[in-house]
Amino acid sequence: MSQEILDGLAVIVNEVAGVPVEDVQPDKAFIDDLDIDSLSMVEVVMAAEDKWGVKIPDSEVKNLRTVGDAVAYIQTATA
Amino acid sequence: MRIAITGLGATTPVGGDVASSWAALLEGRSGIRTITEEWAADLPVRFAGTLAEEPPLDRVEARRLDRSQQSVLVASREAWADAGSPEVDPLRMGTVIGTGIGGVITLLDAYDVLKERGPSRISPHTVPMLMPNGPAAVVGLAHHAAAGVHAPVSACASGAEAMAVAARMITDGRADVVISGGTEAPIHPLTIAGFAAMRALSTRNDDPSAASRPYDLARDGFVMGEGAGVLVLESEEHAKARGARIYAYLAGAGLTADAHHIAQPDPEGRGAARAIRAALEQAEASAADVVHVNAHATSTPQGDIAEAVAIRGALGDTAAIVTGTKSMTGHMLGAAGAVESVFTVLALRDRRVPPTANLVDQDPEVQLNVARDTPSELPAGEIVALNNSFGFGGHDVALAFRSAE
Repeated sequence: MSQEILDGLAVIVNEVAGVPVEDVQPDKAFIDDLDIDSLSMVEVVMAAEDKWGVKIPDSEVKNLRTVGDAVAYIQTATA
Repeated sequence: MRIAITGLGATTPVGGDVASSWAALLEGRSGIRTITEEWAADLPVRFAGTLAEEPPLDRVEARRLDRSQQSVLVASREAWADAGSPEVDPLRMGTVIGTGIGGVITLLDAYDVLKERGPSRISPHTVPMLMPNGPAAVVGLAHHAAAGVHAPVSACASGAEAMAVAARMITDGRADVVISGGTEAPIHPLTIAGFAAMRALSTRNDDPSAASRPYDLARDGFVMGEGAGVLVLESEEHAKARGARIYAYLAGAGLTADAHHIAQPDPEGRGAARAIRAALEQAEASAADVVHVNAHATSTPQGDIAEAVAIRGALGDTAAIVTGTKSMTGHMLGAAGAVESVFTVLALRDRRVPPTANLVDQDPEVQLNVARDTPSELPAGEIVALNNSFGFGGHDVALAFRSAE
């Protein structure tokens, strides 16, 4: 698990939804634990695409249930 | 059934809340400023009534709201706290917030993003931020209003029309309490260019604070402003049952249309006069009862005269003290009728009418008793005041307020 990607994602989630950076941990679910609604999730994805130069298709977004899922996806996509 | 006003909120070019805005008006202080941003450099009009204070919202809340939504959310919180933050069944609570244009800054900024960065970079919050019912929805959500959320759109009469719709929600039995108001955040080069193209705006770039001068012979157009005003309307029964403080009553509303021209007022002011008569009829008040008029008075050459003709047409040879508070706030478009309702209610409470700033040489065609220089006193006892609002499209709205005592 890339700490750098996790840290970067935490900053994005904080910026978009105001969730404290330290609460953005790999086991946390975006919707159920962090209270990210569907519109804010789109924003998180857009910001991640910009930051890491990756494309996250809508068909993949529904599989990114937890922060860890997103970190893993971005890590693979940038590898 | 009487409609009580139990809470007031506002954010305007002269103050970040009701108390500071009202104090500024009584002192005759202008909120019109030069726009120093680079985007204004090529415009024919480079000044406006910008908010005296930025809306105090946290960063995450603010980034999901258009500026028009930010302002009215802040004003609604102030009004609700002012009403005593009552516990109200959501099913008995409504919201009516009017706007002239809606989230125009969001719309235009998003179009810039679309052109520069493509469709994939458009924020998912774009539509909720630009839709004209967005401000009403944001306020309704914040206060859990489930009886109904409405968003009248009638250009510069929107905020006043909201009061009429809100009162009807209560008299129709749909709600006990309605948060009603108007909001506008129109200051953008496109809107300024558009209104300037109509030759509707003052071009007094060298002296912005003197540019909005209703009834003065040297007036040359209105000055655009931004802001929001909110009133908590409540059935008298509900207000009294909870021991609420009652500022005044919204006693009548008259809504008509000119059926004359898309942007020009009827020079004989017939539609406006009918609106005033209808408001007084509903209020069961006579022309002689009216001691104060917060006029629409935008400072346009034709509009001010048409309204003066209408006021005299409806009230006759009246001694009512007329004021044009847009002389200090500028014209907040869809917020104007709501903010000026707040000012009308405060005039009834304090028995003081703010002066019309910049009135030096009164146009002889305006045969009205216009407040100038210093605040004017209103009589004791039960009194009635009017607030007029008119909008492009020929919308005429007059509201009649009755003092609490």
